[in-house]
Amino acid sequence: MRSVLPILTVVVAIFALWYGAAIQLNKAWAYDKADRAGVELSFQDLVADTWSQKKPRLPAPHQVGEEIWKTTGEMVAKGRAFSKRSLLYHSWVTFSSTMLGFVLGTGLGIALAIGIVYNRTMDMSVMPWVIASQTIPILAIAPMIIVVLNAVGISGLLPKAMISMYLSFFPVVVGMVKGLRSPSAMQLDQMRTWNASPSQTFWRLRLPSSMPYLFTSLKIAMAASLVGAIVGELPTGAVAGLGARLLAGSYYGQTIQIWSALIMAAALAALLVGLIGVIQRMTLRRMGMAT
Amino acid sequence: MNIISAQNLSLTFQTNDGPVHALKDVNLEINKGDFVSFIGPSGCGKTTFLRVMADLEQQTAGTITVNGVSPEEARKARAYGYVFQAAGLYPWRTIGGNIRLPLEIMGYDKSDQDQRVKKVLDLVELAGFEKKFPWQLSGGMQQRASIARALAFDADLLLMDEPFGALDEIVRDHLNEQLLHLWDTTHKTICFVTHSIPEAVYLSTKIVVMSPRPGRITDVIESPLPRERPLEIRDSPEFIEIAHRVRDGLRAGHGDDV
Repeated sequence: MRSVLPILTVVVAIFALWYGAAIQLNKAWAYDKADRAGVELSFQDLVADTWSQKKPRLPAPHQVGEEIWKTTGEMVAKGRAFSKRSLLYHSWVTFSSTMLGFVLGTGLGIALAIGIVYNRTMDMSVMPWVIASQTIPILAIAPMIIVVLNAVGISGLLPKAMISMYLSFFPVVVGMVKGLRSPSAMQLDQMRTWNASPSQTFWRLRLPSSMPYLFTSLKIAMAASLVGAIVGELPTGAVAGLGARLLAGSYYGQTIQIWSALIMAAALAALLVGLIGVIQRMTLRRMGMAT
Repeated sequence: MNIISAQNLSLTFQTNDGPVHALKDVNLEINKGDFVSFIGPSGCGKTTFLRVMADLEQQTAGTITVNGVSPEEARKARAYGYVFQAAGLYPWRTIGGNIRLPLEIMGYDKSDQDQRVKKVLDLVELAGFEKKFPWQLSGGMQQRASIARALAFDADLLLMDEPFGALDEIVRDHLNEQLLHLWDTTHKTICFVTHSIPEAVYLSTKIVVMSPRPGRITDVIESPLPRERPLEIRDSPEFIEIAHRVRDGLRAGHGDDV
């Protein structure tokens, strides 16, 4: 309970800043309108106007909240939770490619890490490529992946998941290389005295030892995977997904729609990362490695 | 037959500051059933010698056999159990699971594993702790569990590298007593590295005194003490005499360095 007050303080501060910024950013349009109508604008009118414009530069929090409610809770109440206008539907689309990309990326990351730890050639050669892969802007490469995969007949979920995978394998490789190398020299010597095979050493020592590192990496990978899924939705012609909502919103200047999609994406990321945190705590406690 | 036989054994590490002679011309025979302590200051090569026996290091000159074969063959035949300075139990396994670990690796069948775990837990007086996790045990109990782990499979040779080094005096005395009892009942051959003169004299049938730069053996003392050794034996004149000889050996080996 002691942590509630600091958190509330921060939330209140953010809202205050947000409302303040909304006045500043939206006032030009409010004055414009008042000029044309030939009326004088009191401060109260100004505030009321800047917080309720249809296409504000920065929508106020309650506008975003309203929009989110209209496209989630209200639609659920009407039994249309998965209509194309529902944010839940778009979140689900983004979520599914995030998860597929996350699973693929985690698999690829672990596989590369095992290769790097066990194979000297890979140890020397793979890491620079892994790092280079992350220096290429994802926005530049995402359309290529979509177009190339489309050309070979792969479309829909998989291309988007590939972009998620591209972003999410990196933290897993880095974390798992460190994790698989975390057993001490003594523990490895001990395995040697028992004449353990490399696979026995892997399954019984290296893999369990790497768990704390794996979970830390998975949290970063999950967030990266979500970013990848959203980026992947931008060049798909804005059909579905939170990325498509962002794109459609920006076409038509629907800033409220953009912000509600953004908040939804943030909430989804928080939920998924939090979920990994829970699994992490449970697993590590069971393994006697809780920190 | 000699369990360990070393002739002119040398091991030189190449470092950036030039070669380090960890072991130089070491000759030693260890008989079946011996309890041999290796004592000497840091850098005298006692741990290195133990690691060569275990095939964790390879000599650069000379020969050594373990059970009549090379250390590598002995390791592959799982001829020895090795107890490290730290217990090194896996936190994600129970005490029973930790002891079962080498048995799983060596492919003992399940019912045999259960039996052996029970037997060695009794031996180190940890019966009833099979389901506990390492963090639920004191440091001394953890080290006992690690000894049990080294005893669980059929190895006649036990190599122990300062296993009680991190424990306090009272726990150490108790574990020493237990270890002697264990040695007496299991008829294993034990090689034991230590810093402590009383520990070496109390435990051993043979005390190997070593000195550094280069690592070498300066004295080998055959203990006249009986196999049966109550803790009080440490106040006997024989005990004090041997301790004296060990101390002289250590001092002589140190030369002018001190």
